[in-house]
Amino acid sequence: MSIPKNLLYTKDHEWVRIEGKVAYVGITDHAQHFLGDITFVELPKIGEEIKQASYCSTVESVKAASEVFAPLSGKVLSINTELSAHPELINQSPYEKGYFFTMEFSNEAEKANLMAADGYEIYIEGISK
Amino acid sequence: MPIQYQGILAEHAHTRRAVSVFDICHMGEFLLEADPVLSGLERVITQNITSMLSGSCRYGFMLNAQAGILDDLVVYRINENKWMLVVNAATALNDYEHLKINLSGQYLLQNVSDKTGKLDVQGPQSLDVLKDIFGVRIEGLGYYRFSDFVFEGEHCIVSRTGYTGELGFEIYISSEHVAKLWEVLLKDGRVRPAGLGSRDTLRLEMGYPLYGQDLDINHTPLSAGFGRFIDFSKEFIGKDVLFKEQKSGPEEHLVCFKADCRRAPRHGFAIFDKDRRVGTVTSGSFSPSLSVGIGMGYVDYSYDIGANLVVKDGLAEIPVKIVKKPFLTKTSL
Repeated sequence: MSIPKNLLYTKDHEWVRIEGKVAYVGITDHAQHFLGDITFVELPKIGEEIKQASYCSTVESVKAASEVFAPLSGKVLSINTELSAHPELINQSPYEKGYFFTMEFSNEAEKANLMAADGYEIYIEGISK
Repeated sequence: MPIQYQGILAEHAHTRRAVSVFDICHMGEFLLEADPVLSGLERVITQNITSMLSGSCRYGFMLNAQAGILDDLVVYRINENKWMLVVNAATALNDYEHLKINLSGQYLLQNVSDKTGKLDVQGPQSLDVLKDIFGVRIEGLGYYRFSDFVFEGEHCIVSRTGYTGELGFEIYISSEHVAKLWEVLLKDGRVRPAGLGSRDTLRLEMGYPLYGQDLDINHTPLSAGFGRFIDFSKEFIGKDVLFKEQKSGPEEHLVCFKADCRRAPRHGFAIFDKDRRVGTVTSGSFSPSLSVGIGMGYVDYSYDIGANLVVKDGLAEIPVKIVKKPFLTKTSL
């Protein structure tokens, strides 16, 4: 299971990559593996204000539909339009080509609610027992 | 049987393109020695079974007195008075009791589910694969026909039947020998294992119902759209109610619908016509062959092919159109 060191993680298996004031958001390798073949994703709208830990996207696999929660609060800057025709990118490349959207985050302090890679690794080991 | 081996989409595609093997050992099998009329077996099953040829299979239903579906099953006529009934796993014990209560006179009924292994070999290359195992005689097997074959000295039954919509076979063999057959099948480079997930997407693309979802005790075979598996010229349990329903028309019926996007309708979603709730989704999934959401559900009888409806739950709202089944028409079946 891939857990890149340079990302932050939520308990709901979203990841966030921070580049200055911009954050890339997606779901983890663990999440895509658990969901299986992903067939559909509904992304937030550009400009939409989203709130940490609140619903922001839906991801569907052949098996089930799941909600995705915002890892940070802020405004959606862009969405990964490739995913509407090729949601399988989330399975193939969860941390790169399969990212969901970018956002401008508004509250630096919220980063404290996220886990670093080693913390997330321990967390998923714990829940898969 | 697991949900998946390498992934539902890959297993689905491989079955449509080549050949897969499904471990279906959980299904229920009964052996019955009985005269079909004198024992009352003909009264228990909606299809006419007396007219079946030995070596043929027929799909039908067992109903309660209210015409609710107790189970759907495939009847195999082994010879004049010998039958194999293939029933769903979850209903097998109830089916067995139902048969015990309704059969009379001289008969011998055995639940052989635990002793019987079952593998489904499905896909356009299934015949080629099985020819190498069972010999060329299998080529002569017509659709819904079966015959005895031998695998490594062990007797088995092979029928040309299936639940995928592709050319395919179902193999019944003793549970001691089924693992060996599985191993031999998977040694063939053309064959891959497939799980419950792709079994469900494959059957749904054909509009085949699943007992417990699309068929249940609260629905009749007429409302499910399976009138062609009912013989109204004979007596059977539930006939009176069905006969009335046939005259008045069912209140609701099972329809197939297609979404306008990749989003999947799911079991339990509500079906709406504008603001009015008109039905409930019983099965739904992303269709790997069509790349859109598809499903089945019961709706008011007034809605038929071409109707535009919306299926929804808390999060999703998916426009759908009622379509003719099957969703997929060009297969190797």
